[in-house]
Amino acid sequence: MPRPGFVLEVDRSTPPILTWHGEGFRLERLPPERSRVIYAPEPVAALDDPDQAIQDALLAPLGDSPPLPDLLRAGMRLTIAFDDISLPLPPMQRPDNRQRVIEAVLEMAASAGVDDVVLICALALHRRMTEAELRHAIGDRVYDSFAPHGLLLQHDAEDPDGLVHLGQTDKGEDVEINKRAAESDLIVYVNINLVAMDGGHKSVATGLASYRSLRHHHNVKTMRHSRSFMDQHNSELHTSNWRMGRLIAASGVKVFQIETTLNNDAFPKPMAFLQKREWEWSGRDRAAYIATTKGLGRTPPKLARSIFQSIKAPHAMTGVFAGEVEAVHAATTDAVYAQQLVSVEGQTDVAVFGLPHICPYNVNSIMNPILVMCMGLGYLFNLYRGKPIVRQGGVAILSHPTPWAFHPVHHPSYIDFFEEVLSETTDPIEIEKTYEERFATDEWYRHLYRTSHAYHGVHPFYMWYWGAHALEHLGDVIIVGGEPAAVRRLGFSPASTLTDALEMASDTVGRHPTISHFHCPPIMLADVS
Amino acid sequence: MLREALGGRRIGITGATGFLGTALAERLLRAVPECEVALLVRPGRRGPADRVRREILRNDCFDRLRAELGSEFQATMDRRVRVMAGDVGEDGLGLDEAGRELLAGCTTVVHSAATVSFDSPLDRAVEINLLGPSRVAATLNDLHSRSGAKDKPHLVAVSTAYVAGSRRGLVPEAVLPETPWATEVAWRPEVAAARRARSDADAASREPAALARFAKRARAELGAAGTPLLAARSEKLREEWVDTRLVEVGKARAQGLGWPDAYAYTKSLGERALLDTRADLPLTIVRPSIIEAAMEEPHPGWIRGFRMADPVIIGYARGLLREFPGIPEGIIDVIPVDMVVATILAVAARGPLADGTPDVFHSASGSRNPLRYRQLVDLVEEWFTEHPLADSRDQPISVPEWSFPGRHRVQRQLARATSALGTAEKALQALPLRGKQADLSARLEERREEAERALSYVELYGAYTETEAVFALDRLIGLWGTLPAADQSDFSFDPAAIDWPHFCHDVYLPSVVAHARVRLAPTAPGAKKRSGKGATGLSREERGRKAVLAPERHLAVFDLENTLIASNVVDSYSWLATRHLDDADRARFVARTLREAPRLLALDRADRGDFLRYFYRRYDGAPVDRLRADGWELFSDMVLTKSFPAGIRRVRQHRALGHKTLLITGALDVVIDPLRPLFDHVVCAELGQKGGRYDGELLESPPTGEARAILMADYAKANGLDLEQSVAYADSASDLPMLEAVGHPVAVNPETKLAAIARKRGWHVEHWPKSPGASRPPLPLGPRLSSAKGWIAGSNPR
Repeated sequence: MPRPGFVLEVDRSTPPILTWHGEGFRLERLPPERSRVIYAPEPVAALDDPDQAIQDALLAPLGDSPPLPDLLRAGMRLTIAFDDISLPLPPMQRPDNRQRVIEAVLEMAASAGVDDVVLICALALHRRMTEAELRHAIGDRVYDSFAPHGLLLQHDAEDPDGLVHLGQTDKGEDVEINKRAAESDLIVYVNINLVAMDGGHKSVATGLASYRSLRHHHNVKTMRHSRSFMDQHNSELHTSNWRMGRLIAASGVKVFQIETTLNNDAFPKPMAFLQKREWEWSGRDRAAYIATTKGLGRTPPKLARSIFQSIKAPHAMTGVFAGEVEAVHAATTDAVYAQQLVSVEGQTDVAVFGLPHICPYNVNSIMNPILVMCMGLGYLFNLYRGKPIVRQGGVAILSHPTPWAFHPVHHPSYIDFFEEVLSETTDPIEIEKTYEERFATDEWYRHLYRTSHAYHGVHPFYMWYWGAHALEHLGDVIIVGGEPAAVRRLGFSPASTLTDALEMASDTVGRHPTISHFHCPPIMLADVS
Repeated sequence: MLREALGGRRIGITGATGFLGTALAERLLRAVPECEVALLVRPGRRGPADRVRREILRNDCFDRLRAELGSEFQATMDRRVRVMAGDVGEDGLGLDEAGRELLAGCTTVVHSAATVSFDSPLDRAVEINLLGPSRVAATLNDLHSRSGAKDKPHLVAVSTAYVAGSRRGLVPEAVLPETPWATEVAWRPEVAAARRARSDADAASREPAALARFAKRARAELGAAGTPLLAARSEKLREEWVDTRLVEVGKARAQGLGWPDAYAYTKSLGERALLDTRADLPLTIVRPSIIEAAMEEPHPGWIRGFRMADPVIIGYARGLLREFPGIPEGIIDVIPVDMVVATILAVAARGPLADGTPDVFHSASGSRNPLRYRQLVDLVEEWFTEHPLADSRDQPISVPEWSFPGRHRVQRQLARATSALGTAEKALQALPLRGKQADLSARLEERREEAERALSYVELYGAYTETEAVFALDRLIGLWGTLPAADQSDFSFDPAAIDWPHFCHDVYLPSVVAHARVRLAPTAPGAKKRSGKGATGLSREERGRKAVLAPERHLAVFDLENTLIASNVVDSYSWLATRHLDDADRARFVARTLREAPRLLALDRADRGDFLRYFYRRYDGAPVDRLRADGWELFSDMVLTKSFPAGIRRVRQHRALGHKTLLITGALDVVIDPLRPLFDHVVCAELGQKGGRYDGELLESPPTGEARAILMADYAKANGLDLEQSVAYADSASDLPMLEAVGHPVAVNPETKLAAIARKRGWHVEHWPKSPGASRPPLPLGPRLSSAKGWIAGSNPR
């Protein structure tokens, strides 16, 4: 029986706590008597037979949906959309959930005689995946039967001929999605629900949408009113997506939703110490820690990055739910909560977040300073239900090397955003008002997004908006161990050690602040009362 | 008396654009209000009147007169300054009728035109220094015989005290044949020999072996810059070689006959020739020693150009010249320019000797108020200890202790340093360096040039610090005695009046430092505060960038390889060729490419166009469609990965400002196609095709070297754009034709040769790095695919 997550009150006997620091980690001692460490629950049990579970789910769907085979017939148009490279994190060991589910769906389609089948990677405004990445996600067999015939597509949010405008919601939001998907007799959407934000109506309404549609919920106002966006009932982001999803359904677009959940088993055996509680480390764990950190100390950053990027997580499937979107998503969310929720009592003055090497937007890439901001203040800060773990006006301390470095293929508009926008202002409202349109409609970024492997021109703005709620909530942000010039460009303060950072924080929160250390990854969701 | 004697006269001056001539003209115009000056000036490009205005009247020598006259200045100058177009290097002085008339009206002519540089080519020194005075005399005689005027004009010829040659003892003020040191050399054969030396050297420089040497050196300097530029450079090198050769010939001949250098030798023979040919023209010879900054007139420290001793002093203050040869008790015979001017004026006022014999005056200090070498060194050391120069980091440079070494030891030391620096520089130039390292090599070149200059000073001027001749001043002092007290106080030329410590510390050294445009250390009294930023508050780099990105620019032209991406045609070929190969074939491919690399590199250095032609033959048989498709993968996997984001941003900035953007590259269209949206227009290489496969032949000659400049000019013309208002970005000397053709050239991550050129010409330089965030495989190979076969030789299924 896996143990639930828990909160450790730090006292004098507490060992130093492992704190992620990009491609590496540090052991940090926290001030006793006023610090606490929030630990994730241990990985829940995997499904015994995932393939059988998938069959069962497809044949006995949730909500008012008929079983999948009943929806399939010869001569129909079938589109299978699936989540892109941003999920899961780190990428999972083969076979990926998407491969298992898509193979099952294709088998049923084949026996029903469906021959017009197209696979679409639901990129939204993310970068196109490479062949190797696609092969990893959906498997060689599926890739080789579809890709050579041009039947494996990647959603193109800028293709003027590939989009269809389905109408506006009652709040005036444009709903414009992938034409092939919208004009299919059935969309089967294959999800990996790593966190509670994923899935539901967001799958189609965001994953297959255009910039024109996305801008209605990917903006500062929405993000500031999503508290948090991990909690769909208090998330403006989700409310908007739900309105859009219902309009899509009302337009006659039929979606058969398949969502899968994973346990939080994020690191392979040799790195198992990364998800253990420090006082439970065995001699082997200690040795592994020392060997890893010593080794990393001598490894050039580029090599360290490629080593970490090659980590494939032993994530195991813990649930699969299929059928009508909202019914499926309710069940999925329960399963995600079962793995990730940790009860936390009250807020503290300071929160410490160790940032790992990876976030949804730098798989096989580098975590640039803008992504550092998004990972810290967007993702980790928002992994709460109820209230943030840090109080209003408190201080967030992030730990990450924050190099002034960008991936020139994946993040071209980030480079210019960093040079041209953040050098002028870091205020999300001002940024949105003054700069968004120029980047979003820039022909060169559009060209790179469509033909190369670049994130859309507007994507760095979304990263900044993702942190808008935290920026509004917090009194100060300090980055430990970051490149000072890059940290300052972000509008934050650089500190060389956690001790220094706590010293600096005292200007904002006083001499003896209470501190939460959010021990993530593995991923968890703080249920703050 | 002096004013009365000269007032109302017209005084002719040759060499008025020189140091002494300018001072003389100014003094006459300011101190003798009623006289007129007629200046003989070579016409130059803009005509003689323009030269007089720019090079003489605008010199700070005239600041005082301009202030005194105020708004009257221009009108007064127009009235009193007459200009004759002419050249003392030509018979009849090359005068036109107006000029002849003007000259005929002169009652006194001061001939001060000379090539004063100690290292002039022999034939030039002969034409000007040796024959010049005789030509002036002949012209004056000729004009007089035609005009029928009563008196012939008085010629005051400026010579040099060193005509006596390298000898010891007291040199009297007498014409050369009457001195015990007269060197019996017939001047006419020397003239013929000098002219012959020029044609011999010229002929030698046209020998095939010599021409090949110049071509090779031009290529070493500029790289594959294209035929016209290389040809121009190698012709320049040839001319320089001929000149250098004549400098050597002159030095050897002069030293063989007992003069320190060709200057003293030609001046000496010039005096003889003048005596031989002057007929009965009234003549006075004034022989100054080393003319230096003004004591008082027109203002203390006034100096024109970089005088003889100045580079030596600056070299010492920079710590570059640790030792300069000399005899501690030897006399450095220096005379302030205003004293020489006053001497000439006094001579002109007095007129020639009544008996028609030529008269001679020294204008020197040594025999009356000697400045010993040790004293000079002490004064210089004291001053620079108190006012040290700043090095590049604003730290004061401490001056070295002087040890009075022998000349030969210093020469050896310097020669060693020069050759060590030269070797380091050559080694660096041979390496394929770019950007900041290439800058280092450019700096090294500067250091070497400085060292070389110092060496040449030692060679040139060494003799003057070791001279043991003393110049008699009896006649000069006699002349001084005849002046009334008023003239003595206004036109001081008695060297006894010089206070050497005051002259060095308060007059001369501050002036030298100001003229050399060197910086004093910030702690030194009188040093200006240095912020590293100009008057605009912007650094040099920011100003350069601002100029380049000014809205009024028309066109921005970009090279691709190493300007926008850190990659080249070999990389893209390797990537495309290995894209469909299995592991064994890849290994073979890599081995073969590595084997070929040195040859390819050499070919590329020799001629970029030939290299591309040769290299692109490898695409023979490559399937067109597949390469086009692969080109898009290459775009992400290599082109963008190796791109310079700041460069791409710069292209976009130009476009956002409304400038046209043009890419000119020798890369193939399949590689370039994905980049097209970045530019308004793209010029690249294209291959012919047959049956869906490339034939490896270029459709048109590749856009390299001068072809780039032509393509760019054509595009600008077709679109009504002005190249003066255009910007060009490139990384290599082979792009020089393109860079030189625009108003705003930018060197991007320049390789060594371009770095040196950009530094010299003050071009804007950008250092654009690759993005550190990309992972880069060590070899430019296409990612492994699970299927398919390649098209390169051996695996090509044709």
